[in-house]
Amino acid sequence: MQRYELVCVGAGPAGLAGAIEAARYGAQVVVYDENERPGGQLFKQIHKFFGSREHRAGERGFDIGQSLLEQARELGVEVVLNATVLGIYEGGELQIRQEDTIFPVHGQKVLIATGASENMIPFPGWTLPGVIGAGAAQTMANLHGVRPGKRLLMVGAGNVGLVVSYQMLQAGCQVAAVIDAAPAIGGYGVHAAKVARQGVPFYMSQTVLQAHGADHVEGVTMARVDDKWQPVPGSEQSLEVDTICLAVGLNPMTQLCRMAHCQTVFVPALGGHVPAHDQNQETTVPGYYVAGDVSGIEEASSAIIQGRVAGLAVAHSLGYLSDEDFAAQQQEQLQSMRGLRHGPFGQARADGKELLARSVQEARQ
Amino acid sequence: MSEGLAVQGYISEQELRDAPGIPSALRRSRGPVAVIECIQPIPCNPCEASCRAEAISVGSDITALPRLDEDKCIGCYTCVPICPGQAIFVVDESLPGDQATIAMPYEFLPLPEEGEKVIALDRGGAELGEAEVARVQKSKRMNQTAMVTLNIPKGWTMRARAFRLTR
Repeated sequence: MQRYELVCVGAGPAGLAGAIEAARYGAQVVVYDENERPGGQLFKQIHKFFGSREHRAGERGFDIGQSLLEQARELGVEVVLNATVLGIYEGGELQIRQEDTIFPVHGQKVLIATGASENMIPFPGWTLPGVIGAGAAQTMANLHGVRPGKRLLMVGAGNVGLVVSYQMLQAGCQVAAVIDAAPAIGGYGVHAAKVARQGVPFYMSQTVLQAHGADHVEGVTMARVDDKWQPVPGSEQSLEVDTICLAVGLNPMTQLCRMAHCQTVFVPALGGHVPAHDQNQETTVPGYYVAGDVSGIEEASSAIIQGRVAGLAVAHSLGYLSDEDFAAQQQEQLQSMRGLRHGPFGQARADGKELLARSVQEARQ
Repeated sequence: MSEGLAVQGYISEQELRDAPGIPSALRRSRGPVAVIECIQPIPCNPCEASCRAEAISVGSDITALPRLDEDKCIGCYTCVPICPGQAIFVVDESLPGDQATIAMPYEFLPLPEEGEKVIALDRGGAELGEAEVARVQKSKRMNQTAMVTLNIPKGWTMRARAFRLTR
């Protein structure tokens, strides 16, 4: 059986950052990803990132992804693609499937960075071709150069809905409207403003009732919702669209965490059931770490910092990093993380993370 | 809540008046100056780092709103393509006559050509009327965000925030 000091599951920003950090101090690291390309969602992210210089603000996601891959390569991190982690068991044993072969590997430490899956909302007609997730729209337009439709409705005004609406405009689609059942736009106003100034209307407290069309989407009926989220009779309106794009939240992909018996906690602000973890990103199972969206939905800059924190903790626990160096490096990363979670947009996530850390303490006692 | 950034997707007149990044009418009349339409506490500060005149301050809490010191701003246009939120514009109302200019970030293709007539749009995307493209600038530092400067009537400097091509 192949043995590594650190096995990372997922080659997105969190998994790569964790691998890089652990390898930087001497750990022998492998990263498995089920996709044919590494980078997770980074290569779909064509917008400039926010934050500060230390968060690489002003750089675009795909450039950040490229530099993570280069760093990983320089440090000798093995990145294995088309490799699905089927199971994680006690004692650091994992089963990997690559094409027709299944093989076991052993990790002295394991970093689970499996990311998130998109939420969907069902409505009559939602299985028609043309109803797609925001992630699919990004994959089509930004990775493959395919325009998802001619005229689309965006459902969801969080940051994903807003950013993807703008990217659809860049791809040459008309965006008929951005709607959200919530009474206010959830994402950043600057993202909304870029879309609004192109003439795209925003309808808040609005939901999809039905998609129309025989064998593909030809239109949509929407209605206003009241403060109990119920459609208001008589408020229906129809739009002619060929695409309905759903950006209604993300859910941490915790299957492997659960299989490994990591305790989870329900934290709505972090996307649902999330593995409890401490400030080292370590779960209730010693030696098993989480980073990125699987540890609570945030964004790529946070995922990179969490990956680094986990990588530092791994390097420290393997003896590659002294207590003092670890403390100093970790403080720097945690400080940078606090910067991103500060303010009204980040407070609920910061509170959620504290709850998770307390849960780990309780579980360990 | 019936209007404003969180409902309509663009800044209302009231929100604009309360924002700490908006230069006074007097300052605008004196020459090119940055208009920073950033009114939500999000973690972001590249504008501050980009300003060599030290006219934009965010501070150590990077969620603080960028504050414009209109007397220090030299209207150098550096911050326009740097802002990741595309929320900074430079207006120049100091030109003789009725015409003014506005510089805005632009991330669509094709790029307009200098001298081309386009339709100026306001914050909600409503058409203001015809404008002429004065300059189109791209550089490595701008990281694939172009900066387009339009010649517009003086009355539009605090309204025109986008444009569409007519071709």
